[in-house]
Amino acid sequence: MTQLALVIDLNVCVGCHACVTSCKEWNTSGPAGFMTDENPYSKDPTGTFFNRVQTYEIGEFPATETLHFPKSCLHCEDPPCVPVCPTGASYKRKEDGIVLVDYDKCIGCRYCSWACPYGAREIDEKQQVMKKCTLCVDRIYDTSLPDTERKPACVLACPTSARLFGDVHDSESDISIKIREEGGYQLMPEWGTKPANHYLPRRKTRLHIHEDELVRADNPLKKEQRGPSKPVDAPTLDDSTSW
Amino acid sequence: MNPAFSVIFLTTLIGVGQGMFLALFTGQSYSAVELLPSEDSTGFYGTGALIALAFLVLGLIASVFHLGRPERAWRAAAMWRTSWLSREVIVLPALMFLVFVYAVMHLFGWDTVLFTTKSGARLQLTLIVGTLGMLATFGLFIATGMIYACLKFLQEWNSPLTVINYILLGTASGFLLATAFANTNAPELMRFYGIWAIIITVAGFITRSASLIRNARLKAKSTIQTALGIRHNKIRQKAMGFMGGSVNTRDFSHHMTATFLKSIKWIFLLLVFVLPVAFLWEGIETANTAILLTAFIIQYIGLLGERWFFFAQANHPQNLYYQTV
Repeated sequence: MTQLALVIDLNVCVGCHACVTSCKEWNTSGPAGFMTDENPYSKDPTGTFFNRVQTYEIGEFPATETLHFPKSCLHCEDPPCVPVCPTGASYKRKEDGIVLVDYDKCIGCRYCSWACPYGAREIDEKQQVMKKCTLCVDRIYDTSLPDTERKPACVLACPTSARLFGDVHDSESDISIKIREEGGYQLMPEWGTKPANHYLPRRKTRLHIHEDELVRADNPLKKEQRGPSKPVDAPTLDDSTSW
Repeated sequence: MNPAFSVIFLTTLIGVGQGMFLALFTGQSYSAVELLPSEDSTGFYGTGALIALAFLVLGLIASVFHLGRPERAWRAAAMWRTSWLSREVIVLPALMFLVFVYAVMHLFGWDTVLFTTKSGARLQLTLIVGTLGMLATFGLFIATGMIYACLKFLQEWNSPLTVINYILLGTASGFLLATAFANTNAPELMRFYGIWAIIITVAGFITRSASLIRNARLKAKSTIQTALGIRHNKIRQKAMGFMGGSVNTRDFSHHMTATFLKSIKWIFLLLVFVLPVAFLWEGIETANTAILLTAFIIQYIGLLGERWFFFAQANHPQNLYYQTV
């Protein structure tokens, strides 16, 4: 079985919103129709987006870190939004695990958005149907595109490669290996929705220096059973030569 | 959640209709076994069922305003295997049909006695339709309640109390309306309905209070830590990714102050339970239709508040992602 998904590397996301604009550009021009923007140039602009980048502050000043957090539909393996849909407009594709909305069947009752703990679904205020990330299903299978471009628009747009695309059920796929080896995790695991999208944590490379590493272990005086001399203030041979 | 008035009116109006029908059917069942005097078919059961039907129709009309694409509403019957909303969409018209048939049979006197037991109990044709209607009524109460109770991460709703409250509060308002109706059309049943209306209202007070107490003690399962997967006690949102608002900021919060929310709670407790019982008592004692109708109207207004609070109190975990512009 295939389960297509995104892996988002929080370690390299810089919060540039390129994935947001690229997603909007691709999907608003797609065959499924535009994504409504109301009052785009006046007071209270609002619109439908499949993908958002949010920013959080971790810790308290001065020990703070900034987290940029892209969030789109997680294409859950056990999607709570699908069984509640009264019309069957919301469905999960068997062949690749993408959760989709059939815009021709949706009655706009908003029940699926209540049933999504992640707030991934947004109703289109003009078309009055529920919309959400499609993993660019109209792009990833498009054989008229070169192989390298058969990826979601957000993945192609990301300047830091923070967004990776692949099959999480194939244990040898690039993203499966990333999830396995770099501590990929799921959002809100407490609800058992089993999101297919994973997030890679922020990782830091730290240098650990122990006290004894500051003292030369190969000090020739050691062989003669004599302790090293006391630190001296004047420049020593070690300072002026490189071994 | 942001309470949608279409859904508030839908659930309260069909609650009255369902309760009213249950009241009529209870009265007829009691009279069939001669516990109560039997009533005039046309004047009481027939007209009463039409009133119940009117409330169900009004509820259905209100529900249409909740849909973005009402012209496709028929599609909502498709997924009854998995969706409680779909089940409600099927049971509501089924109940309306049964109540309509029940009303027509009484109004036109198509009510043959199928058989009579030795003790004198009569099984009428309308009782069979009524039994089906009673089953549909409870089916509809359960479907309506489960629409909310089945959403496990809306912890305020995810409890059997949600379904029980829908059943008891709907039935209470229906019995209350039946009391006022009986006072004019079947005065000897007024006391019977009135006492039951008080009993069901008190039972509803107990279960609604139980759910209020339960909700006050709830501890949210989702936190900003599980939402982001970051293990740190101090995490603050600095930007939600847009400034103009979206469905996520509009639909999932009641946009009122905590004081307002709290005051609605006390107001509905007063209007749904305390005042109607007092008015009912007085109305039963004086057999005054105006007082009984006032009790019904007060309780209905209270139920609008109760339903508003029911929605407003539910805290959706998606709000963790939408805290600051």
